[in-house]
This record gives sequence, C-alpha cells and structure tokens, in this order.
Amino acid sequence: MKDRINQCSSWLLERFPISDLWNEHMAHYYAPKNFNIWYFFGSLALLVLVNQFITGILLTMNYKPDAKLAFDSVEYIMRDVHWGWLVRYMHSTGASAFFIVVYLHMFRGLVYGSFKQPRELIWIFGMLIFVCLMAEAFMGYLLPWGQMSYWGAQVIISLFSAIPVVGDELSLWIRGDYVVSDATLNRFFAFHVIAVPLVLLILVFLHIVALHEVGSNNPDGIEIKKNLNWKGHPIDGIPFHPYYTVKDLVGVGVFMFFFAVVIFYMPELGGYFLEHANFIPADPLKTPEHIAPVWYFTPFYAILRAVPDKFAGVIAMGGAIVVLFMLPWLDRSPVKSVRYRGGIFKKAVLLFVIAFIGLGYLGTQAATPGATTVARVLTAVYFGFFLLMPLYTRWEKTKPVPERLTEHPTLEDRIPAFLAVIDEVVAVEQTTDKSNASVTKRRPNFAGIKTVLIRFAKNLKKSLD
Amino acid sequence: MKKILYTLLFLLPLTVSASSGVKLESADIDLSDSASLERGAHHYVTYCLGCHSAKHIRYKRIAMDLELDEDEILKNVAPLGAGIYDQMHSAMNGHDAEKWFGTTPPDLSLIARIRGADWLYSYLKGFYSEPGKPTGVNNAVFKDVAMPNVFWQQQGTQEAVIKTVDGQEIITELKLAEPGQLSPQEFDHMVNDLVNFLVYVGEPVQLERQQMGKYVLFFILMFIVLAYLLKKEYWKDVH
Repeated sequence: MKDRINQCSSWLLERFPISDLWNEHMAHYYAPKNFNIWYFFGSLALLVLVNQFITGILLTMNYKPDAKLAFDSVEYIMRDVHWGWLVRYMHSTGASAFFIVVYLHMFRGLVYGSFKQPRELIWIFGMLIFVCLMAEAFMGYLLPWGQMSYWGAQVIISLFSAIPVVGDELSLWIRGDYVVSDATLNRFFAFHVIAVPLVLLILVFLHIVALHEVGSNNPDGIEIKKNLNWKGHPIDGIPFHPYYTVKDLVGVGVFMFFFAVVIFYMPELGGYFLEHANFIPADPLKTPEHIAPVWYFTPFYAILRAVPDKFAGVIAMGGAIVVLFMLPWLDRSPVKSVRYRGGIFKKAVLLFVIAFIGLGYLGTQAATPGATTVARVLTAVYFGFFLLMPLYTRWEKTKPVPERLTEHPTLEDRIPAFLAVIDEVVAVEQTTDKSNASVTKRRPNFAGIKTVLIRFAKNLKKSLD
Repeated sequence: MKKILYTLLFLLPLTVSASSGVKLESADIDLSDSASLERGAHHYVTYCLGCHSAKHIRYKRIAMDLELDEDEILKNVAPLGAGIYDQMHSAMNGHDAEKWFGTTPPDLSLIARIRGADWLYSYLKGFYSEPGKPTGVNNAVFKDVAMPNVFWQQQGTQEAVIKTVDGQEIITELKLAEPGQLSPQEFDHMVNDLVNFLVYVGEPVQLERQQMGKYVLFFILMFIVLAYLLKKEYWKDVH
C-alpha cells in the first residue's frame, strides 16, 4: 500500500513541480524574523478573500439578480435557506473586514516603506487590488437592491456624467438605462460574481509573485538578503513555513474571534456594516433624505463633497486614489522604515491618519456648512501629505540605519508593563464590612491615571521626534 | 501645521448638528419571552395585518420558533382561512390602499431593522388628536403620517402640549385627554408585546444566533490557545 502511494506521488512529481513550488514559496522562502503585529494583515486579507469566494458562491445559489426578485431573495436566504443567515452575514461582514484588513495592510506598507525601491511593483499591484476591491464592493452593494444600494449606485454612477462631452453617454452606457434598473443590476451581478473576482485573483497572484521575487520588507526596512550565511540563506531570515504559517495561524484565530463577535452579536454593527435604510426595498421614486455610502468609501466620498464643483470633486476623489499609486516616486527619503526617519515624516503620517479617519467620519454625516469646511481642511491635509512628500522627505534628517535587524519587545514581553499600568490606574482599598469580612474595593486612581497619561503623551512626543 | 490644528479644533464643535426633537421611549425587548411574542403576533394580526403584510414570515415559522402547536397558532393568531405555510399577507390590495390613504402601507417584515424598537414603540404611542387631519390624528414621532391611530379604542385620545420655541412649534408632552379601554400601563404592555413581535419578525433567527455565538467564540478561543502554543514551540529556536 505504501509503495502504491509512493508510486502515485512520484508519478505526479515527475509531471508537475509541486515540491519546487512549495519550496520556493513556503519552505525555502526566507522572511525576516522580526515581523510584528502589522504583518498579519497580508495573510488575513487572503483569508477574507477565500471567505468571500466561498460564501459568495453559496449566496449565488439562492440569490436572484432581478429587480423584482432580488430584495426578497436576500430575505429568503436570511430566513428560509438553512444557515443562509450565517452565509450572508459572513459575506456582508467579510466585505467590511476586507477593507479593515486591507487599510491596515496598506498603512503597514506606508510606515515601514514597503512600497520603496525595489518593491514599487508590489505596491502598484497592491493598489490595483485595492481599486478592484472598491469596484467589487460597490457593485456587490447594489445586489441586495435596498434603498441605499439603489441610491448609492445612482449617485456614484451619475458622477461619470460630470465628465465633459462624453459624460452623459458614458453613465448611460454604464447603467444600460436612464436610471439604475434591472439592466444595471444584471450587469453588476455579472461583474461582481465573475469578472472582477477573476481580475482580483490574477492580481493577488501577481502581488505575491512580485513579493517573493524581491523578498519581504520588515519593520527595520533593511534588506536581509545583504547578509547571507555560508548556505546562501539570509542570516536574519527564517523559512516562511513553518515559522510564519504557525504564527499566522494565531493571527487567524484572533481575527476569527472578532469576526465571529460581529456575525453573532452585531451583524449590522450599528448601521455601519449593514445600513438600516438598506432594509427598505429599492424605490426609484423615493429618494432617501440622507444618502451615505458604506463606511469604507466615506473618506473618498467626503473628499468628493468637499470640492464645490462636481467635476472638480470627481477629479479630487479620483486623484485621492491615483496619488497613492505614485507613492514610491513621491518619497525621496533614503530610509525605508519610520523607525529611522526624521520627525517631519512621523508627524506627517500622524496628520494623514487623522485626516483619513476624520474624512471617513464626515463622509457618514450630512454635509452641513461646518462639516464641509472641516472636510476641506482635511482634504488639503490628505493631498498635502502626498504632494509635499518630495520636499519634506528630502529635507528631513534621518537616523542611522543598523546593519542587522534589531530586537524589539514582542506583545508577550509587553504584558508585565501593561499589568503595571493597570495597577497604577486602579486604587485598591481594604476595608471590612458589617460582618467583619474583609472586602477589596477597586476605584479608579486619578493621580495614577494622570501620571500614566502624561507619560504616554511624553512617549508619544518623543516617538514623533 | 499648528494653524491647521487650531482651525480643526475650533471647527469640530460646529459639525455636531442638533438631532431631531422628540425623545424616544425605550421598549423592553425580550425575544425569549414566547408569551409576549405570541400576544404580539395576535395583536399584529388583529390591528395591523388588515393593511400591513409581513410577507417574509410564515405562520409555520412562528409556530416553530415560539414552540407553539400548529393548530393553536392557526386558531389563536392567524386570520380565518389562513394555512400554516402561508406568509403573513394582508387582505388589502395596493390599488385600494393608494385610493384610501394616498400611499401603499409598507410591508412590516423588516420595519424593526429599519426604525429600531424604540422608535416603533414611541411611534405607536405617539398619536395625538389634530382635528384638521384626514385621519383626525397626527404623530409626535412621525409628523403627518398617513396612518390613523388603530389603537384609539384601547389607548383613548391624546392631546399634544405644544410650546413655541424660536417660532417653531415643539411638542413637549402628550396628555391623555380621554381614557380608553385599557389603562396606560396595560396599553404600554400591549404596544411593547407588538414591538417585541416586530423585532422578532425582523430577524427570526437572532435569538438562536446569539445563543450559538458563545459556543463559536469558545471554540475559537480554544483554537487560539492551541495555535499560540504551537507557535511558541516552533519559535523556541529563533533568536
């Protein structure tokens, strides 16, 4: 029997390079050994992609891409299909989780300089994945055929009509009708289920192939391939499998925990993951008073609204994404990682994060004059971060970059310090109650909280220098 | 840079816009209270189903979820002639509705997910008499709604106490002008049962989902522990 199995496997190996592929991309792919928490999100993005594929396929088995039937078929899945509610929530939560994971993944690339030479192409492929993902999410959101699906699509497609000369024809061509209708729903279904996922899959493949060609970056921003041992392997590298496969397994567990909390206890997440108004069937005759896109589009939506002119707004919104593509060439610093960059870059990143989150929040709110002014300031910060980058990254004084990877405390190492902080902010009081039994009372210790906050602020200030 | 920060700090409070006037009362939702849900279903069929369908739920599903006998639900809850596999369809057709109310009464299967329990509870209790209106009533939560107060016999008649602030009329409270068949407390219970039922209909699986959640989370926690120990074991020799 064992012989048979050996024969079968050698038959296969002689005809297909499974072991070569496995070695090249897993067992002999050397990754830097100092990956920190930020490095979980790449593999998590892959996990969510698989989740979206599987749950998506299951959903198509009962979903009807027809303007008359779509809304009811989703409710049918939620109520009458066995485990349909779980599949649907996994898909809808997965969409938001995808963006959370991808935004964090991109932020990691931004602060550790993973987009810089020689990894520009990885960044470009990644950005193309991001654009595809936005298209995928946008078209998928039309399918439940609720009010927000419908009017969100109506608003976004009408943006194309702002383009001079060809605009109206173009938006008509995209919709296949004068308003969003059954024709639009059908073509969006086709794109969402077949076309875009195929492109997405190819891009993910290219992203990983390009990554494995040049090797992974790391929190120190040092090329580990510069220090090789006598076998020709990087001294600071460890094989991806088994080290990072088992480590990523922990990340997968933690991710699944949060994912399950949302699915089982708060699938709508307060209207952010599933908007309340989307439980009303689409009605082409009734415009909702407040149309807000899902949270992951709101930063860009806020930029669109911040610009007074419609066409200029569309340009600004497109520009906010295009400018990300150019990041490898905007950054002029010789240093990759934020650890060895100067203070200006760190402060700029902080401002950028504030601007991005602020715009995201404003995009969910109604556009009052005050909100619009703030959105304009934040839009300026967003673009300033990128467009001024060639200047401030050249000026700033960087710190010396070490030859080899440095050691930083891991999460486990930080636990004692974290517990000490908890002790500091909690005041414990030993008293006796009426029956003379000793009672321990815990109160917040305000003096302790103050010193902790001051220390935190000082550390923050120091880390920004 | 500092200037930008200061501008932001000053502008932020301006963005907090005033929310709409009426304060919502909170409904007491308990989906494990089958008796309340059954009463709510009964109220729904009696007072709402005439105009509002709830087409995404079947009598069979209600019987299964509330652990009721099928005959019992047909006798006590469903309208005469309905079958156990029927969806909760309304007898009124859209054409008539358009003629009588100027709009088709919406299907209420998902109303609790759209509006929330507290809104529904306050809305159903929020009718007050306004003689100029076609239905004779207006609503404190949903101004100029086309729906009449279907509970007027139970609730009695409410009058609005209106105060003018900055030239705008604001309803400060609703006073019971003429008592109905039920005491205010009994009426609150009745509306609460109905809202409870609507929350259940909005997502029949939600109780089961929450009960299942703790086992899933426990399983995942066990997985994290195992994965962590495995990682520690493998990484022992990485320095």
